[in-house]
Amino acid sequence: MCGIVGLFLKTERFQPRLGELTASMLHEMRDRGPDSAGFAIYDQGRAEVTRITVLAEGQRPDWSRTGANLETVLDAEVTVRPIRDHAVLETPGDGGRARQWLIDNFPELDVLSYGSQIEIYKAVGDPDLVAINYELRARSGTHALAHTRMATESAVTTNGSHPFATGADTCLVHNGSLSNYNWLRTRLERQGEIFQTENDSEVAAGYLAWRLREGDSIKEALERALVALDGFFTFAIGIENGFAILRDPIACKPAIVAETDDWVAMSSEYRSITHLPDSGHASVWEPAPGVIYTWTRAA
Amino acid sequence: MGARAGCHLHVDPGRVSAPRPVTDVDLAETSLRDLNRMLHQARQGSFRVLNPRGAHAVACGIDTDITVEVRGSVGYYCAGMHQKGSVHVDGNASTGLAENIMSGTVRITGSATMSAGATGHGGLVVIEGNAGARCGISMKGVDIVVGGNVGHMSAFMAQAGNLVVLGDAGADLGDSIYEANLYVRGEVASLGADAIRKDMRPEHVRTLSGLLDSAGMDADPGDFKRYGTARSLYNFHIDDIDAEVAGRAG
Repeated sequence: MCGIVGLFLKTERFQPRLGELTASMLHEMRDRGPDSAGFAIYDQGRAEVTRITVLAEGQRPDWSRTGANLETVLDAEVTVRPIRDHAVLETPGDGGRARQWLIDNFPELDVLSYGSQIEIYKAVGDPDLVAINYELRARSGTHALAHTRMATESAVTTNGSHPFATGADTCLVHNGSLSNYNWLRTRLERQGEIFQTENDSEVAAGYLAWRLREGDSIKEALERALVALDGFFTFAIGIENGFAILRDPIACKPAIVAETDDWVAMSSEYRSITHLPDSGHASVWEPAPGVIYTWTRAA
Repeated sequence: MGARAGCHLHVDPGRVSAPRPVTDVDLAETSLRDLNRMLHQARQGSFRVLNPRGAHAVACGIDTDITVEVRGSVGYYCAGMHQKGSVHVDGNASTGLAENIMSGTVRITGSATMSAGATGHGGLVVIEGNAGARCGISMKGVDIVVGGNVGHMSAFMAQAGNLVVLGDAGADLGDSIYEANLYVRGEVASLGADAIRKDMRPEHVRTLSGLLDSAGMDADPGDFKRYGTARSLYNFHIDDIDAEVAGRAG
């Protein structure tokens, strides 16, 4: 069992409160996943600057040296902002190249995300503490995803925590389990996707990243995913300027959506939604099995 | 047919003449466990539950003739294992509404997500909005009336009882159904294995008419189609009895 939540702000009204609202949704999902948690925040960064979120669990890396080396590789300035065992590297250089270089040269690090909008944080332990330690409540932005994990098939580790991101500004949280992910991972690796874990959900994130890179819209990518992915899933997906929800056609894993003029929220359970502003007047519905739901913001 | 009942609280007519005070329980102040303990200890009376905020297992395990009104939406397993009394939810319900209901009435004014009325042995479940996937899965005698649509795999392996759907039914309705009658007014996306359309005989019209009345739904039984079992799966074949008996003996 896991808990997933997503919040997409359709207007500017609640953007200063995105982190606070996401933290309140995450709090309600603690029971579904007390082992570890993670969140992705999209915050309208400058398009010309790529941010790379890196996790150095249980280590004390020399971030300034890593940053300096990366500057040489990218031939572009790199600034480093450490937050506990995470760091956000900012550069006008090529983010995809930076991700690959970090993965190739620092196998002890986890590159959690890259893109101009996204930052991802994840850690083992109480989801509320994860939110506090990585200062979720203070964050503003346009949309966010979060996940609480109850490990059933593998150890309680940080790198099994969601969200997963392999492509620029694209990430996913997953409740369920995929059955054909090993085969699919091999296929995606041949297409150039780079994976850092043995996790099934990372493969789903990689699949979407690959399709988006090939030019699919998020809707087209998810239409293909319905055919390509075998298993149980409720996904909440973030892209640079949008948000999507997809459940497998059997739909064993729960999902509820609430929408007002200002926001759309998705959660494993309705109680996450009750704390959102004006939730009493929201339109509340269960996403239908095998149906793709997307929301996008004009650039 | 009968006019749609406007009242939201299901109260026996005999009791209306002697109104009893309603006990308010605010879940913003009272724990869920205290609420359910109070409901289990009550022998009679009316209760009103405020601020449920999607809590799970609200009014679960009632087995006396009490009346509970819930103001707001509930989470999983609301009114699970329900017997005798009545639970009325003014809002939506998540997974497993009235799961394994034995008798009594459970009504919600909104919609229910997955597995509403699952495995119910008796009683009446009324969902004024839509029900999600697997509504009435493995139903064993419960009557379920849905004002809107039901999702896929509804009445899967249904064994007894009636499922009434005023809207449409999703894919694989009544898959592997043993018995039970499924009445659908709208479209059926597809029937499941061994489910077929059946004739509406006078006794079915009478049953359906009674259920619509009980549920307070304004609909004409003549607009419904009946579906049920073809009794052609292997478990209905007498030839397989020997193998079954031999298997048990072994």
